Amino acid sequence: MQVPAPFEYERATSVDQAIGLLERLGSSARLVAGGHSLLPMMKLRLANFEYLIDINDLHAELGYIRLSDDEVRIGAMTRHRELLESDVLAGVFPIFSDAEKVIADPIVRNRGTLGGSLCQADPSEDLSAVCTTLDASCVIRGPGGSERVVTMEEFHVGPYETAVADNEILTEIRIPRKNFKVGSAYAKVERRAGDWAVVSAGAAVWLDQGRIVDARVGLAAVGPNTTGIPEISAALRGHEPDESLYELAGAIAARSCDPATDTRGSADYKRHLADELTRRTLRRAVERARS
Amino acid sequence: MQVTMTVNGTEYTREIEARMLLVHFLRDVLSLTGTHWGCDTSNCGVCVVWLDGEPVKSCTVLAAMAGGHEVRTVEGLANGAELDPIQEGFRQCHGLQCGFCTPGMLMTCRALLDKNPDPTEGEIREAISGQICRCTGYSSIVRSVQWTAAHEAAAAAASKEEAVAP
Ligand SMILES: Cc1cc2nc3c(=O)[nH]c(=O)nc-3n(C[C@H](O)[C@H](O)[C@H](O)COP(=O)(O)OP(=O)(O)OC[C@H]3O[C@@H](n4cnc5c(N)ncnc54)[C@H](O)[C@@H]3O)c2cc1C
Ligand code: FES
Ligand code: FES
Repeated sequence: MQVPAPFEYERATSVDQAIGLLERLGSSARLVAGGHSLLPMMKLRLANFEYLIDINDLHAELGYIRLSDDEVRIGAMTRHRELLESDVLAGVFPIFSDAEKVIADPIVRNRGTLGGSLCQADPSEDLSAVCTTLDASCVIRGPGGSERVVTMEEFHVGPYETAVADNEILTEIRIPRKNFKVGSAYAKVERRAGDWAVVSAGAAVWLDQGRIVDARVGLAAVGPNTTGIPEISAALRGHEPDESLYELAGAIAARSCDPATDTRGSADYKRHLADELTRRTLRRAVERARS
Repeated sequence: MQVTMTVNGTEYTREIEARMLLVHFLRDVLSLTGTHWGCDTSNCGVCVVWLDGEPVKSCTVLAAMAGGHEVRTVEGLANGAELDPIQEGFRQCHGLQCGFCTPGMLMTCRALLDKNPDPTEGEIREAISGQICRCTGYSSIVRSVQWTAAHEAAAAAASKEEAVAP
């Protein structure tokens, strides 16, 4: 029987009260959202905390998807299922529903949250790749109502490590909307349904009069953290999308990533996947931007 | 710590360790052993119960997190001696052999039918994709859900007819 080591349990009633608890309890405390990454780690004694602060009651405050003309704001407690079922989100950034369909399984998706996924900072984490692809920024709140906004690159400090300090909480992610035609897509190769990625890729393109004004690719499971690849953006900007461009982007993706050989596959195989999935998602993103 | 939750309509208050998982609370504290416990890693789905109406894997939820909330287990499906149609469906269509995965399957499939009374085969397979059956190979589980959907649709039509009859 796997159970976590003993800890004390507290329930947060508001974001600021949760921050107050974190301040008081310091690094011996940890937030628990869906618990679907933290509790398995605590069962396996890969993580140990004296206090868990349950933030599920903050769903009313932090569970939302809000659309304005210039950005989409998503609260940290928004659950996978809510991201999957949001027509509003799928209408603007279908990459979310592409990804959610292949994250875990419907029952795990009932619990896991966007904030938990990003804060877990697992290099194979799908939503981190999605947020990297969309150039999202992360809103982090600390004591005294202070708030800072960081990019995804700044957010991920290393594997399982983020920019969120012991007395802070991730409250929201913000995705910029640009005044161009946009298309986005996500694809993943997994060993079986609902498994973590062998490799996955997300792509987003913004078109103006048929030309790429911006394009971004985000990869997961091919290095210490999910990676955005600026070189691809630079290579694609200003061009009219076609197969040769996708081929070029795929080649850049394959050589820019840093996969490890493990039980999921060899480094070579993963590079091949990074190449192929980059081409496929770019192709799909462009189709969507055009339609 | 003290936890209070409603399980199958009855409120329970118990003194527990904060680290206790919901599956152990149900089985060991409340003796509701219908909910099974298998992989311990959120993969097999035999521990699925409802938390506020949504299926969850109770091996990955703290009992403390369910405090103040409503839990429904497989024991809460039948109405006395009368089986829930989903249970009847599994009986009719051989949806189980050893029965180990069955409580979780029943809870997931009941939730599916409540949301979507006429699911396609693909939707049924997607709904149970986080659950493992080592016996029946899923085809008979899919048929059981289809049987239940058809049965419930027929029953609803019949009760409508009865209502308009003089
Ligand atoms: C069987 C299974 C399969 C899975 N498959 C996939 C998959 O294919 N792809 C994938 O991407 N994920 C997968 N996951 C992970 C799943 O998506 C998790 O739910 C998710 O990664 C974590 O979200 P959570 O809300 O459960 O976080 P928790 O486990 O509650 O928390 C994770 C970490 O984030 C911290 N945290 C949570 N919220 C905040 C916040 N607002 N501010 C600061 N810190 C916070 C916690 O303190 C903890 O350290 C799988 C999980 C399981 C159990
Ligand atoms: S025991 Fe909970 S999913 Fe297997
Ligand atoms: S009936 Fe035996 S595991 Fe499903």
